[in-house]
Amino acid sequence: MGSYIALAGVLFAIGIFGVLTRRNAIGILMSLELMFNAVNINFVAFNKYIATCNGTLTGQIFAIFVVVVAAAEAVVGLAIVLLIYRNWKGIEVDRINVMKW
Amino acid sequence: MEYFTNFIDAVAAQPVFYLLSLALILSALMVVTLKNIFHCAIFLIITLFCVAGIYILLHAEFLAAVQVLIYVGAVSVLMIFAIMLTSQLTSKKIEQTNEQVTVAGLVSLAFLGSSMCAMLKTRWNIGEVTLPENNIMSLGKLLMTDFVLPFEVVSILLLAALIGAVVLARKESS
Repeated sequence: MGSYIALAGVLFAIGIFGVLTRRNAIGILMSLELMFNAVNINFVAFNKYIATCNGTLTGQIFAIFVVVVAAAEAVVGLAIVLLIYRNWKGIEVDRINVMKW
Repeated sequence: MEYFTNFIDAVAAQPVFYLLSLALILSALMVVTLKNIFHCAIFLIITLFCVAGIYILLHAEFLAAVQVLIYVGAVSVLMIFAIMLTSQLTSKKIEQTNEQVTVAGLVSLAFLGSSMCAMLKTRWNIGEVTLPENNIMSLGKLLMTDFVLPFEVVSILLLAALIGAVVLARKESS
């Protein structure tokens, strides 16, 4: 199980790096998807290897919910990105500074 | 599918896992470092496919199918659509990363180190787990019995996301 969790940790760290370094809002959303996937790998691995999950599928159910929420987040995020693009003619997040607070 | 996973379990679980994780990590690195955002989207698709392979290794066949359908089929296409719609800004001469690369690298490495420490220090209750035989059937039963309330809430969330996206992306018609 350790290797699966290590893999998920590496994937999550890569996602954090992407979120912090991207200037493009779509790039940030893609890094977010990486992080969601890392969390999902953890859920499924726990469901497979932790003894208290014997005979149940709770981890996989949670992973399905995470997938659904991630899809909703991607839809709303991309709609906001398109709106920002229409208003500012660009989606570089360091140029968009109307939300000061 | 049953036969396939049994075969992988018996013969090649370790090498398949290492190959998949290598491809996963490399393509994820490509996603966060490449300059052309369209190439990033292509590598994101490869990453999501590798995650589906990891699910198959973990005996979550339905989740692997969901991963391919929703992520590879829907979310990636959505990303590519958004990239295309904002395309003249994704040319190569625009800088895609900001100036905090070193700080971000340090932060992510610190996160990785601390989470690995926590993983190694925790005493996991690892045991012999027998997952239900029929993955899809048991998932459907769980969704309709124990998890029926979250299931309905998630459907409302999807409806809200749908309406919200339409309202946000619509042209002002005044």
